[in-house]
Amino acid sequence: MADRATFASDAMQYAPQLYSAAMRMTRNGADAEDLVQETYLRAYRSFATFEEGTNLRAWLFRILTNTFINTYRAKQRRPQETDLGDLEDLYMYKRISNLNQASRSAEDQLFDVFTDDEVKAALEDLPDNFRLPVILADVQDFSYKEIAEILDIPIGTVMSRLHRGRKAMQKRLVDFARERGIIPADESELEPTSEVPIHG
Amino acid sequence: MADCNDTLRELEAFLDHELSGPALQAIRAHLDGCLDCLQAFDFHAELKMVIAQKCRNDEMPPSLLAKIESCFGDDYLPGPASRSADATTD
Repeated sequence: MADRATFASDAMQYAPQLYSAAMRMTRNGADAEDLVQETYLRAYRSFATFEEGTNLRAWLFRILTNTFINTYRAKQRRPQETDLGDLEDLYMYKRISNLNQASRSAEDQLFDVFTDDEVKAALEDLPDNFRLPVILADVQDFSYKEIAEILDIPIGTVMSRLHRGRKAMQKRLVDFARERGIIPADESELEPTSEVPIHG
Repeated sequence: MADCNDTLRELEAFLDHELSGPALQAIRAHLDGCLDCLQAFDFHAELKMVIAQKCRNDEMPPSLLAKIESCFGDDYLPGPASRSADATTD
């Protein structure tokens, strides 16, 4: 069947993106490889249900996330559905903008402030229900509507999970900056109640 | 006219390109005249870019492409994505 072969060939171009997303989901290379392979196997088998002209990339990511949720997540030791404590809005901005004045000359150095591993860890430490929307929005550039369809949740839920997931991620980045002494540990001016370390 | 609170509330939707029409115009109009909000938006735009760049730079193991292709039937002909893994192209 020729168009099945065409489909497979079209789908191959998304393998690097799917692998990157799988790395952020499973947090290790061996599981990420298995997850991507399983995704292509399922996609190839259910190719008949794919409507030509619709979004192949979103369809593959839907299979990827479903496979992750149903298969790989069971193996993970970390909490799956967790709530995040609330943080003030602009949490990171209010702290890192001090850094702007002190030791950063230009805004465009934010890239150099954090290592790749720190940013990956900040994302990977999020509970699944927040991590998946953030991966799809911030790393894979899907729209709210596409994310809602991929994860089978309402758009309003996508937005609230993105909002809270991003804030938690920013909190983690601030912690990294603090651990490395990039920003001062003492923020009594900002948070009068936070003399006790949060991650004690 | 959107004030600072209205504007900051739409920060994520704006940066995610989810605003259009009058809602988008209102935010743009505010940012044109408010340096504080503009700086906050710039910071988060940059942060979003940094997260994207640092979280999708994983190098895919070359062997994975062959594993994926093994999932496909005999009718599958390797496309450009898998051919690029070979050094021998002319």
